[in-house]
Amino acid sequence: MTTQVEQKIRVLIAKPGLDGHDRGAKVIARAFRDAGMEVIYTGLRQTPEMIASAAIQEDVDAIGLSCLSGAHMYLFPRVMELLRERGADDIVVFGGGTIPDEDIQKLKAAGIAAVFTPGATTGEAIEFVRTNVRKTV
Amino acid sequence: MELTRKILEGDVRAAARLMTMIENGASEARAALKSLYPHTGSGYIIGITGPPGSGKSTLTDELTDELRKRRKTVGIVAVDPTSPFTGGAILADRIRMQRHSLDADVFIRSMATRGHLGGLARATNDIVDVMDAAGKEVILIETVGVGQDEVEVVGTAHTCVVVSVPGLGDEVQAIKAGILEIGDIFVVNKADREGANRTATELEMMLHMAPDTGGWLPKVYKTVATKGKGIVELVDAIFEHKAFLDERDLRKKKGRERSERAFLTLLQETLAARTIERFKRNGSMKELIERIADRELDPYTAVEEVLESIGL
Amino acid sequence: MHEKRDIKRIEQEKERWEAETLKPTLKNAPERAERFTSVSMAPVERLYTPADLPDRDFMKDLGFPGEYPYTRGVHPTMYRAKLWTMRMFAGYGTAIETNRRFKYLLQQGQMGLSTAFDLPTLMGYDSDHPFAAGEVGKCGVAIDSLADMEVLFDGIPLGEVTTSMTITSPASVLWAMYIAVCEKQGVPYHRIGGTIQNDILKEYIAQKEYIYPIEPSVRLVTDTVLFGAHHLPRWNTISISGYHIREAGATALQELAFTLADGMLYVEEAIKAGLEVDAFAPRLSFFFDCHNDLFEEVAKFRAARRLWARIVREKFEAKDPRSWLLRTHAQTAGVALTAQQPHNNIARVAIQALAGVLGGTQSLHTNAMDEAMALPTEGAATIALRTQQIIAYESGVTNTVDPLAGSYYVEALTNQMEEGAWEYFRRIEDLGGMIRAIEKGFPQREIADAAYAYQQAIEREDKIIVGVNRFTEKEEHQIPLLSIDRAAEGRQIDRLRELRRSRDKDLVVRSLDALRQAAVGKDLWGKDLLMPKILDAVRAYATQGEIMDVFREVWGEYTEPSII
Repeated sequence: MTTQVEQKIRVLIAKPGLDGHDRGAKVIARAFRDAGMEVIYTGLRQTPEMIASAAIQEDVDAIGLSCLSGAHMYLFPRVMELLRERGADDIVVFGGGTIPDEDIQKLKAAGIAAVFTPGATTGEAIEFVRTNVRKTV
Repeated sequence: MELTRKILEGDVRAAARLMTMIENGASEARAALKSLYPHTGSGYIIGITGPPGSGKSTLTDELTDELRKRRKTVGIVAVDPTSPFTGGAILADRIRMQRHSLDADVFIRSMATRGHLGGLARATNDIVDVMDAAGKEVILIETVGVGQDEVEVVGTAHTCVVVSVPGLGDEVQAIKAGILEIGDIFVVNKADREGANRTATELEMMLHMAPDTGGWLPKVYKTVATKGKGIVELVDAIFEHKAFLDERDLRKKKGRERSERAFLTLLQETLAARTIERFKRNGSMKELIERIADRELDPYTAVEEVLESIGL
Repeated sequence: MHEKRDIKRIEQEKERWEAETLKPTLKNAPERAERFTSVSMAPVERLYTPADLPDRDFMKDLGFPGEYPYTRGVHPTMYRAKLWTMRMFAGYGTAIETNRRFKYLLQQGQMGLSTAFDLPTLMGYDSDHPFAAGEVGKCGVAIDSLADMEVLFDGIPLGEVTTSMTITSPASVLWAMYIAVCEKQGVPYHRIGGTIQNDILKEYIAQKEYIYPIEPSVRLVTDTVLFGAHHLPRWNTISISGYHIREAGATALQELAFTLADGMLYVEEAIKAGLEVDAFAPRLSFFFDCHNDLFEEVAKFRAARRLWARIVREKFEAKDPRSWLLRTHAQTAGVALTAQQPHNNIARVAIQALAGVLGGTQSLHTNAMDEAMALPTEGAATIALRTQQIIAYESGVTNTVDPLAGSYYVEALTNQMEEGAWEYFRRIEDLGGMIRAIEKGFPQREIADAAYAYQQAIEREDKIIVGVNRFTEKEEHQIPLLSIDRAAEGRQIDRLRELRRSRDKDLVVRSLDALRQAAVGKDLWGKDLLMPKILDAVRAYATQGEIMDVFREVWGEYTEPSII
């Protein structure tokens, strides 16, 4: 394995909770792909447990959570908690959705690295992931 | 070695990290693979291949469900294509398998082809080995499924399942064009659709005319993966094929062939890489290529000269 | 609409104008862009003339309002007689809080109720289900059983207001609960008026709040259509919805085409179930989005009416003119709201609402400026309602019928919409009909492509969003937001557990068993046997999760094709 193989950023895009609004998740998945990343999309209605487990099996560098139902204050910190329990909190977790400023501060305190609200560009999210993911092997 | 120990103990994160290192061609991966190698060879490898839209992911999900009912631990390697334009990929096969994500005895890994042709990624074989060493008894490989020539899986899998669907007409043609030879078991999925019987019959006729490949007669099975229909029979058929291979010592033979291929591939890669590296180091690469481009030297002589210079 | 000879002359004159007048102007002052496009990325020409309306006939294509093909509106007098219904969507927390909001809205001059449910309710889970954790009462009201529904409409005379319920997978169950509350209030069936969304196909296409596989789900919808046709003549049993399709990123044309294609499927299914088209078609209503591109939206509404009239009359051979009418609710585009400079959303909503009114909608919801961040506060929701009132009473657009008719641009766009929709219908037909098309992911892929193209256009700044990619400000604007009482979840779960303790358990079990039997038999298709059984279960205080679980058991659950 002395051949040079390019290192890729791997990102899991997940929809936690019950809401099915997946426009944002799909747009960001495509944008990440077009930025040269490998995007694992797990589909709708994922529990925090499923998301953490998939992220570990896939050894992703980052997890993007999209939630438009207002349940982010429960779901996002729960994902962080599970990653911590399994020693995988070096994975960068960011979120997007209809999220008030007040909650953004609390989510950041809970370990969510960034939150993107309606109007944020995919360019910002790409830039964020590129600068913040762990430097892998 | 720490990583190896953890993987052998079933640490998912350690195994997942190693898989990433393998995909990225990291030098640490080689050491880990060396020490894991004695622990491989017991997993039973099943390839699932077929055209786009044939329902491979759902079928893989259902097979996993049935295998778990039979108390087998399962590894899944799902391969999706890398975009040739951006180098990125969307790996979405997990969507249909997420119900197993909380099962500690199922390990799902998505891979992008990263430019490799043949239906698998370059590192698929090594990742299958990691799953094998981590104790997965059955390993399912879902090939890309973009309709290209996906025959590479036959060199990796013990049993190769070729999936087709009724009603599109050209699938059977596609199968005829090269996949017929690699299938041990054929599946007509979405068999509740019109034309399923016709597709199955056509397949059977073609298989009948195919040359004998050592006593195993591939059969055609009908499934409706979305409804879990026909899955028990399909898993039975896979185990029948496994028994057939074991009875005639063919599994060992397949294993030897796989080892030979893996060894030769590795040898080629390593030789080429080391040669190029050494050659680059002494700085004459650029000059040599210019001479070839200017027709002062032909590439055949150039290669001979290079190999001689490093004593090969 | 013009003589061929005139058109020829106009075309010649246009060429002359381009050479003599336009060309020198362009030389000195070039246009702002090489090509102009609508919000839907459809090309827009510099100038429209009668030459852009070839082969169109005033009587055949436009006609008069209240007459076929209804391009100009469903009523002869439109808003001169009766304004649209200002119907604001509301719901959060428990039934107690939402009941309070309903009463407030009615006092503010709102004319009908519109209920938003929380996600566990929309997905057929009770509030104490593990999947409901964190979601109870968040984006709508939590309703677990008839007991909650009784509280929700307490003190509201259901014989006098009409109620719209935005619910689909469990629509039959919530409708049954509403009917049961009416029974308790003593309102006779023929006076119960309102709408259930109940459009399951758009869930598979866009909103993704599906539960069961497509075919049994459509069967459940057909069952409600039959029940309504037989027993509740004033109820709209399906609100065929483009809104969610548009919000998922579709273009205006895709919204129009996929919605009407869904509508055609429901009509076909009800006919298959033995109903005469005229027995139910008048009770089908529609629900469209109003986005920022004013003229494109107006054209969409006008084309929708003309298309539906032609489809129902010509394809399904309906005789009753009420069957031909496309009556619609509209809502301003939530997707167009921005979290940046939220006050700007008030202006966006005004333009979008104007589009709905100029398009001739029958009822309208206007979004509040704070909805890119949270559910609306009372204050923000009131501004949104006032926006409608300003359009109704101050703008003057309600003084005449279909005021944009005859605009070369709007008529050309209307024609383009209609033609584009027929083209989509043909492609869907080629794929084997709408259900097959959805299974193959055709509409989903079209929408995802459009959504991505639009996002890229914004990022290239081909599309300007004020306050987002131009005219941005460093300082963030803070506005007050509604926060949902977190204790609501606990209170709701307590209520549910109390109900489970106190109700007649045997009666619940018996009613659910009877429902299960009705759900199993495929031969019972089209005999409206499900609704009466659901009503019995609801009256016995079976929870909606329990009722939905019966169908889960019998029909299984749906997983979507992976279209990204």
